[in-house]
Amino acid sequence: MSDHAADDTVPEVDESRRKFLIAATAGTGAVGAVLTAVPFVASWNPSESARAAGLPTEVDLSKMEPGQMTTHFWRKQQIYVVKRTPEMLASLPTHNDKLKDPDSKESDQPAYAKNESRAIKPDVLVLIGTCTHLGCLPKPRFTPGDAAVMANWPGGFFCPCHGSKFDLAGRVFDGSPASVNLKVPPYSFEGDNKLIIGVDATTAKGVA
Amino acid sequence: MSAAMDKSSTGFRAWFNKRLPVDQFVADQLTGYYAPKNFNIWYFFGSLALLVFVMQIVTGVFVTMHFKAGETTAWNSVQYMVREVPYMWLIQPMHAVGASFFFIVVYLHMARAFLYGSYKAPRELLWVIGMLIYLALMAEAFMGYVLPFGNMSYWGAQVIINLFGTIPGIGPDLVEWIRGDYGIGDATLTRFFSLHVIALPFIIALLVMLHLVALRQVGSNNPDGIEIKEKLGPDGKPLDGIPFHPYYTLKDIVGVGLFLTLFAIVVFFVPTFGGLFMEAPNFEPANPSSTPEHIAPVWYFTPYYAILRAVPDQKLGALLMALSVAAFLFLPWLDRAKNKSIRYRGLASKLLLGVFFITFLMLMWLGLKPADGIYVLLARIFTTLYFAFFILLPFVSKADGNGPVPDRVTYHAH
Repeated sequence: MSDHAADDTVPEVDESRRKFLIAATAGTGAVGAVLTAVPFVASWNPSESARAAGLPTEVDLSKMEPGQMTTHFWRKQQIYVVKRTPEMLASLPTHNDKLKDPDSKESDQPAYAKNESRAIKPDVLVLIGTCTHLGCLPKPRFTPGDAAVMANWPGGFFCPCHGSKFDLAGRVFDGSPASVNLKVPPYSFEGDNKLIIGVDATTAKGVA
Repeated sequence: MSAAMDKSSTGFRAWFNKRLPVDQFVADQLTGYYAPKNFNIWYFFGSLALLVFVMQIVTGVFVTMHFKAGETTAWNSVQYMVREVPYMWLIQPMHAVGASFFFIVVYLHMARAFLYGSYKAPRELLWVIGMLIYLALMAEAFMGYVLPFGNMSYWGAQVIINLFGTIPGIGPDLVEWIRGDYGIGDATLTRFFSLHVIALPFIIALLVMLHLVALRQVGSNNPDGIEIKEKLGPDGKPLDGIPFHPYYTLKDIVGVGLFLTLFAIVVFFVPTFGGLFMEAPNFEPANPSSTPEHIAPVWYFTPYYAILRAVPDQKLGALLMALSVAAFLFLPWLDRAKNKSIRYRGLASKLLLGVFFITFLMLMWLGLKPADGIYVLLARIFTTLYFAFFILLPFVSKADGNGPVPDRVTYHAH
């Protein structure tokens, strides 16, 4: 203290300089902290083997009867494949007024499945069997007129968890908690009867 | 310095306290902490919540010794520990049933705060910290429910994780990030296990500590909702206060005795509690190809689940569900009454709170029911009533919460 007392000309603290240095130091520290968080946060992403296990799944369609549904796994998701009958296909345009998204404008499907039947070949329906509401498995209720599901039921899928209803193209009915249609996975055909789930029809390449 | 310090100014105790102030701590926190003398039965549940937390840690440590997180190992390791490891038939159900008891105690503890306005100034932060404990507890309970990987674990996790998919823009990527895979699998279980046994218990312990520090700072509320610190005796102690120890520690031990009796009865005789504490589908292993007929979360989440299902739009449903939990955080500022306790509020306030309690219980029941027919309609009515409480509270509380309050707490010597 005595040193300072002898010297009256104590340099004044440059407050703005001090503030700037504090802010710059804190800012740099904060940037460093955020960058350090990157590896920890990124470690939660799917691992290489999890990605590799997401390879395409092949389905032989030759043994499927018209009106039959088979289920398959692709990327840990259940995939529904339905061989639709002509009657099933004919029913599709008849209830457009009862659907939330009849033209699949808000819904998730590859461009080649964004059509009336939501399929490449109208008779082969391929859907991700995960309710777009909260991920339960919608159950097939293909018998038309099943009043337990809905009045004038045209046939389709019913989710037992929260009561979402979908038609035979996976399009969601009004009054369902789900807002969009069931997703269509990327898929393509090899020959007439071999369905490849996970490979886009247009690019013929695996989807990352 | 307290009397306790003076008594022990020499010898080992003094040596010890000079280095670690145990006596001072006991004096500050227990013998010198004055709590209102008019506590009633509602005041058991704070200490009981702490007890269940400790029980969950202890039983959890032992369950962890045998549990193997993983898609193919989790279910079998739980079956193995319960069937073959000595006494794990007791310790594992204690942990599972303990989760339900934790929420029973916490809900009653929260109901107490609603009744006596314990969230009001100066206890806003005490309430907010308590709500953060509740949120952390919900995350902890959810992950704990997924770990044994029964079929309801699987599908419950599917529903809850997919809720994050409703967040616009980042939703789908976020869901994949949470699961660490394209579906619920090894990566999901191992990270849930880590969070369940390390991160969240640590966070909850920290928040409980803050909750207690904040409580000691502002002092306990009481059924009359009047501040005992405003009426001090000549010794500077509240006239209506009594030292927490021995008076309330002894009272709490009675509560602990009753609680453990009930707990033991449930663990020994009705551990599933009719499918409420442990649900039937969880007695079969996770099966991604088979959704249980009705997916219902465990009872303590069902009020919010009922709100989620009541809304015929996915994003709005998830939003309302989030809001229904978050609304509690704003309670201290929504309640504009001068008086804290329901005892000194008008009929309108009493009705409002009564309807809210009934609404919460009705939503709890509806969340366990399938989402069709009359249940959907009822869920919509009670969802509306739920939010009506928070919307009406500022007006009702301001209008009829300002009557006269007694000068001193109501107390009848026993």
